[in-house]
Formats: sequence, structure tokens, C-alpha cells
Amino acid sequence: MKQQRWYTPYLLVAPGVIWVLVFALWPFLNTSILAFTDSRPLQPAEFVGFENFARLAGDDRFIYALTTSLVYVVICVPLLTFLPLLLALLVNTKVPAIGFFRTTYYFPVIASAVVVAIVWEFLFSSHGTINEALKFFGLADRPIEFLSDRWLLIGCAIGLTVWKGLGYYMVVYLAALGNVGRELHEAAAMDGAGVWRRFWSVVVPGVRGPMLLVSVLICVAAMRVFTELYVLSNGSGGPGGRAMSMVMLIQSMGSGLNGQIGYASAISIVLFLLTLVPLTIVGIANNGDQFKELISNRRASKFVTQQRAKAVKEVTR
Amino acid sequence: MSATTTRHVDEGTGQRATRSTARTSKPRRERSFRTRGSADIMKPSRSGLVLKYVILFVVLGTMVFPFLWQLSTSLKGAGENIYEFPPKLIPGDPTLDNYAQVFRTIPVLDYAWHSLLIGVATVVTNVVFATLGGYALGCLKFRFKGIIMAIFFSTLLLPAEVTLTSQYLTIKSLGLANTLGGVFLPTAIGAVNVLLMAAACRMIPKETLEAATIDGATTAQRLRHIVFPNIRGMISVVALFSFIGAWDDFLWPLVVLSDPAKYTLTVGMQYLSSNFAANPRVIAAGTMVALIPIIILFAVLQKHFFKGVEEGSVKG
Repeated sequence: MKQQRWYTPYLLVAPGVIWVLVFALWPFLNTSILAFTDSRPLQPAEFVGFENFARLAGDDRFIYALTTSLVYVVICVPLLTFLPLLLALLVNTKVPAIGFFRTTYYFPVIASAVVVAIVWEFLFSSHGTINEALKFFGLADRPIEFLSDRWLLIGCAIGLTVWKGLGYYMVVYLAALGNVGRELHEAAAMDGAGVWRRFWSVVVPGVRGPMLLVSVLICVAAMRVFTELYVLSNGSGGPGGRAMSMVMLIQSMGSGLNGQIGYASAISIVLFLLTLVPLTIVGIANNGDQFKELISNRRASKFVTQQRAKAVKEVTR
Repeated sequence: MSATTTRHVDEGTGQRATRSTARTSKPRRERSFRTRGSADIMKPSRSGLVLKYVILFVVLGTMVFPFLWQLSTSLKGAGENIYEFPPKLIPGDPTLDNYAQVFRTIPVLDYAWHSLLIGVATVVTNVVFATLGGYALGCLKFRFKGIIMAIFFSTLLLPAEVTLTSQYLTIKSLGLANTLGGVFLPTAIGAVNVLLMAAACRMIPKETLEAATIDGATTAQRLRHIVFPNIRGMISVVALFSFIGAWDDFLWPLVVLSDPAKYTLTVGMQYLSSNFAANPRVIAAGTMVALIPIIILFAVLQKHFFKGVEEGSVKG
């Protein structure tokens, strides 16, 4: 029996580890350090303590960006948690041509956000199709400036995000729905539960785990929104930059020769801490029970494998 | 008592409905059981099925209308009103002039080539190195494995946007600012891909690998003949997602690339739309160039993709 050399696993895993260290952990460390300096390009950085963070509290642009991102989260999370579930229920049947529908529903996901945002821009421009439709139905006598009003712009971007995300989360739910037993549906139906009741009492508890995961993913993704708002506002962030998201602010602050890298890093750190909030909440909600279970499972399986290895050794001996 | 009788009736109509669909298409018969089970949610009747199809088509409309509208806009002549309502999806006088003009306005082919280069490079490096790393983490035993796993997992919590500025500084210090290499390098090996591959490798039967080792197979041989065939589904998922991710990425290329001659398609489209906004037909033609390849790629590979996603979710 040929033994593998001791260094083989390390050799195999080395590229991945190096990449993660250089292109994920090091930049994060660097960001954390830069956040406490007044670093700018072409100028040595100096340590300034919490000055950047103190400045954030009084910076209108940051407050606007924070508001935009939070509004994004608050609206996107419920919409993208429930709509894709309904969609998944819709396509979770074996009727003719259902594969075609599933595939097509996924198109918005794979299209680049830039491309769809440009389409959206045309549809919602002041003389675009949406305004023409409103005029056609007599709902608006003057064109509505969707893209030059702060809240309407954010609303358009949210609509775009939701439309683009439906297919993705639908697939996540589809996999989960396979685990909801048919028996449960039948039993509930026998007990006289209607469609609505069955949705809340059978389907939702059945996909509770994935649902929690999906809402966390959406929460984090909504805080990271960039492309939709950038393209819809042509990079300006709406009137007075008030529809900027956090990431847009980071990008516009940190780039260029006058970029305030230290300040942008401070915003990045705030963004990072915000993305940790939903994860922590879920961690607490799951109450450590699952975690404990996981660890004990791991221990048990380790024990079993050790026993097995011992047994194998004895047998071979 | 009455509940059970109604259930019998329900079942009867359900079966009749499924039988009638089974007649039209044979392979459905075996699945008809499920149809009934799931159609319970709607109504186990033919009208329920019709209603289902109506909803399916309405959703289909909202999902594809923007794309179709954009496609038709890109084919419309200068004299046609593109914004009229109700929208006309079939151009009255179809023309390819807009495509010719977009090729004259910006170097679309160069942009597409850049996007393709980065996409293919990302797929190759991700598949190769994630497979190697995933095999080590999933099948081999070595010290510090727990720590290495923890490092990979911890990066999942770290959004790329958070490290944007520092990432750019790293790339700049490597002398790769404003190059395609700089766009490609940070995404060459994704932590999530390594973890997905590790999960897939863990599912390979231990006995097979042990048997191969006893037969004297080297690491390379084991990878080639046992690991690779077993995790093919996951490889296609990783490959497809890496490619789509690279092709669609906007923020990172926007930050790295400053020279319009070096843009990728997404940045180029934004450049086109904000600087040459005079003619929406031309911009629509540009977006079609960015959209059509990826849609075709997905449509061709979607079987592998959905299968892989299912496999992945069962394991995860």
C-alpha cells in the first residue's frame, strides 16, 4: 500500500488558502487599519483614532446612504422572502413544459444587472413606456419623473432588485419544497384545511430553515446594493446624491486621486458590521441548539471513524 | 365521515384529470401521481390546471417582457416610436443599422473579448484549484484542517464590497491597476467554490478511494479517475456560476479599469448608456450583445445547472 506523502494535502489546499489570505483577509485587515487613518493617495497616512467615525455621524451623505440601504432592506426582505416561495409553489408541479417556465424565470438572474438596469431606465424614463402607459390609461396627465426623484428612484431600483432576484430564490425554495412531504398536505386537506391555511401551516413550517437563510441572504444583499442605483441614476446617485447606497458612497469616496481612502474604509467597516446584524440575529434565533447538535454529531462521527480505522487496522494485521 | 367522502370524490376527479393529460403525452403518466399531490395546493381539477397555466404565462410575461422589448427596440428603425403604448414588440421595419452603429461607437467586440477572457480564466482557475482544495478538505486527513475550513468559512461573511478600497490598493501595489489581470486575479479562486467542492468530495464513497489507494493509485490518478467523475455535477455548477459572475460583474471592473479601451462589456455598456444617450436603439443593440451570449450559454447548460443545484442542496 502506497502512503501519500505528508505534504500532499497542504500542497493541494495551498492555492485556495493563499488566495483567501491575500484577496480576502488581508484587504479586510487593511481596511480595518485604514479606517483609523486619514489615508489618501500620494500622501502618507496618519493615525487619527475614531475621527472618521465621528465624522460619519455628522455627514449628510452618509446619513442619506444609510437610510437608502436600510429602506432597501426593509422593503426587499419581505418581498423576496415570500414572492419566490409562491413562485416555487407555482412551478413545483410536473405539468407539461414546466421546465421551460423554470428556465425562463431564471433569465433575469443570469442577465447582468447593468443590462437590466439600462432596460429599466428606458421603461421608466420621463417619456418611457411606463409613462406612456399611465397616459394611455389616463392615470397621469404629466409624465412622472421616476428617475429624478429620490424615493421614486429608490423604488424603481427596489423593483428591479426584486424582479431580478425572484428566480434565484425560487430555485432555493424549489429544492426545499421537495422535502415537504405530500402526506402532510393530504393530512391537512383531510382535516379541512384550505389552500391558505395549508400554506401557513404546512408549507411555511416545512421550509422554515431555507426561509430564514433566504431572508438573511436578501438582507445582506440589499445592504450591498450598488449596480441598480448606479446605472439608474447614471452614476450620480440621484438628485444631490441622496439616493446613493452605502456601497456607492464607498466607491465614490475611495476612488480617484482625491479619494479619501481612510474615510471610505470607515464606511466599509460600518457596512460590514451592519451585514453581521442579521447573521447574529439568526444565530441567536437558532438558539445554539443546532450548533450543539452539530458539534456532538461531529464528535460522534469522528469517534466512529476512529473506531472503524482501529478495526480496519486490526483486521489487516 | 363527510370529510372522507369528499376526499374520495376529490381523488376521483383528480384522477380523471390526470388521466386526460396522460393521454396527450405518455411520459407524464408516471408523474401524474405527483401532479395530483402538488395540484392539491391549487385545485385538483382541470380548471385548476388552466388557471395555473394562466398564472405561469402572466409571470412569464413579466420575466421576459423587458428583454423582448429591448430586443425589438434594438431592431427598430429611426422613424419608429419605441415608447408607444401599447408597446409593439414586432418592429415595423426591422433593421440591423443599430448594431452597425454600436460597433462604430464603442469597441463592442473588444469589450466582449475582454469579458470572455476574464470569464474563461475565472472558470478554469476556480474549477482546478477548488477541486484540488475541495478534495484535500473533503477526503484527506491532515493537521490544521479545522482551522483552514474556518478560514474559508469566515470569508463567506465578508462581502467583497467591504474590502473594495483595500482590494484596489493591493491590485495597484501589484502593478495591475487598469489591467484585465487586475480584474481577474481576486476572483480566481473563490472560497465558496472550495467549500462546495469539499462538500461534494465528502460524498464520494470512502471505500472507493481507499481501494484505489491500496491499488497504488497516485493522487493525480485518484483525482482523475475517482474524484472527477463523482463531482462532475458540482463542477458544472461552479463553472457556470463563476462564468456568470465574471461576465456580469460591474463594480470591481468599474473600480479597476480606468481606460475605456480596456473595459469589459458591463462597464462598456454603462459607458455607452451614460455618454451616448442620444439614441436608445443603439444602446439597446449594445445591451443585446452583452445579454444574448449568456442567455444562450445558460439555456444550453441549464439541465446540468438545475441538477447540480438540486444535488448541492440535498448535500448542503
